[in-house]
Amino acid sequence: MAFIKITSPHAHKPGNTGSVMQTVLLATLPGIAVLTAFFGPGTLVNILLTSLFCLAFEAAFLALRKKRIAFYLKDYSALVTAFLLALALPPYAPWWLIATGSLFAIVIAKQLYGGLGYNPFNPAMVGYIVLLISFPLEMSSWPAASPTLSDGAQLPGIIATLQQVFLGVPIDGYTGATPLDLLKQNQSQLISDLYANTSAFNQGRWAGAGWEWVNLAFLGGGIFLLYKKIFTWHAPIAMLASLGLLAALFYDGGSSTSSGSPLFHWLSGATMLGAFFIVTDPVTSAVSVRGRLIYGALVGALVFIIRVWGNYPDAMAFAVLLMNFAAPFIDYYTKPRTYGHKSGPKSQA
Amino acid sequence: MTEFAVILLSTVLVNNFVLVQFLGLCPFMGVSNKLETAIGMGTATTFVLTLASVCSYMVHSWVLEPLSLTYLKTISFILVIAAVVQFAKMFIEKTSPLLYRVLGVFLPLITTNCAVLGVALQNTNKAHTLLQSTFYGFGAAVGFSLVLILFSAMRERLAVADVPAPFKGAAIGMITAGLMSLAFMGFAGLV
Repeated sequence: MAFIKITSPHAHKPGNTGSVMQTVLLATLPGIAVLTAFFGPGTLVNILLTSLFCLAFEAAFLALRKKRIAFYLKDYSALVTAFLLALALPPYAPWWLIATGSLFAIVIAKQLYGGLGYNPFNPAMVGYIVLLISFPLEMSSWPAASPTLSDGAQLPGIIATLQQVFLGVPIDGYTGATPLDLLKQNQSQLISDLYANTSAFNQGRWAGAGWEWVNLAFLGGGIFLLYKKIFTWHAPIAMLASLGLLAALFYDGGSSTSSGSPLFHWLSGATMLGAFFIVTDPVTSAVSVRGRLIYGALVGALVFIIRVWGNYPDAMAFAVLLMNFAAPFIDYYTKPRTYGHKSGPKSQA
Repeated sequence: MTEFAVILLSTVLVNNFVLVQFLGLCPFMGVSNKLETAIGMGTATTFVLTLASVCSYMVHSWVLEPLSLTYLKTISFILVIAAVVQFAKMFIEKTSPLLYRVLGVFLPLITTNCAVLGVALQNTNKAHTLLQSTFYGFGAAVGFSLVLILFSAMRERLAVADVPAPFKGAAIGMITAGLMSLAFMGFAGLV
């Protein structure tokens, strides 16, 4: 009788970048479904176009560098960038906006640095920021969520969507202020009055019609990714904790100058998409456990600071880029101690 | 007190001298290849910039203005900065030879940092008081050191990245600085 000795690791199948990226893509599906349900087919068109442009730019650049095109396209990283950019952009964005964003995301932020694994900044967020600063009007026209539409109005249909995206034929009155816009513009109303008087809030349950469900869907996707061990809990939980803590500190009991409750900040804008799909980017975030905690907490703090006191209603992309910039420095001072060595940045040289 | 906190926040983040006002770019690109040297440069610049900001204020409001010689302010500020750098060099050399060795060649190089002259001139344009000038100079220096140090940590990583040949070295450094500048625009409106 032969006993076969098997030593660890007891891996059932080899993991690779492609399968990780596919799981991430799968986890965005609930969020995409909810976005489509509340804002119409614009999100789907966004995804189609960013995927097309991102893959095309990636293939073109790989061809220029004489690299194996099929090999690098099969790691699905360009597609993940495309999905994240598409989810960050407002639905019904014109095609040239999407093309510009994809160009900056894939070519400038990723391939010029040497491709996946070398990029210091999150490519999708670079594409988004470049567009936000260059084309503020197009980037701030978010559609109104379906529960807030007035009687008789409907979400844009697929024909109207394609006409707006490709031909620039504008859809009538589909835009509306997001909950974050409303809170930023709020001058004199108590939070409870604001919630009761505006349709963006009173059609919703906790933090604004549509947006709360979008964020909950991304939270669900993120928990799925945690369960699949695609990333650890440190960065997203630290980010949500610091955001919630600051929001609680400055909540101010819901007066007219209040900056919104923790629940509001957790469930509005890009919070959950950012926390679970962007802050967790393994390339551009800090590496060690302590580093990820610091990185996540600072992203959360920056999101709150810019949302409340800055010019921009949402701040996920700015916070992530600023912390991408700081991540190598955080890594330098949070190197874990290797066995047999003393701790500290210099002792491991 | 709030006033000085606002000046610090404004100079360190919102109107960062390097990434928003584009002053002091030469040391930013030149001395950011290694983290250690960047920290040394940041410390030395902080010391000199704060001192130069105070001294140029004194020269401007106590000498040039009473004598109606304000048209000489640029040239006299350059003189003041050179003198302050030289003074700082001699002072550090006598009191702390170790720090002097660490800072080395960066001390005299600070004379040519346009952020130093920029701070002195902006102090007079904004009609700052003595204390405001001090905080303005200190905040500018902290902002400069912050981005210099973060940038150098990032460049150490870029040095081993598979960057396409035409973009190696300074080119990718410039692109990175541009992207960082974009990120700093997020602070707009904070003060």
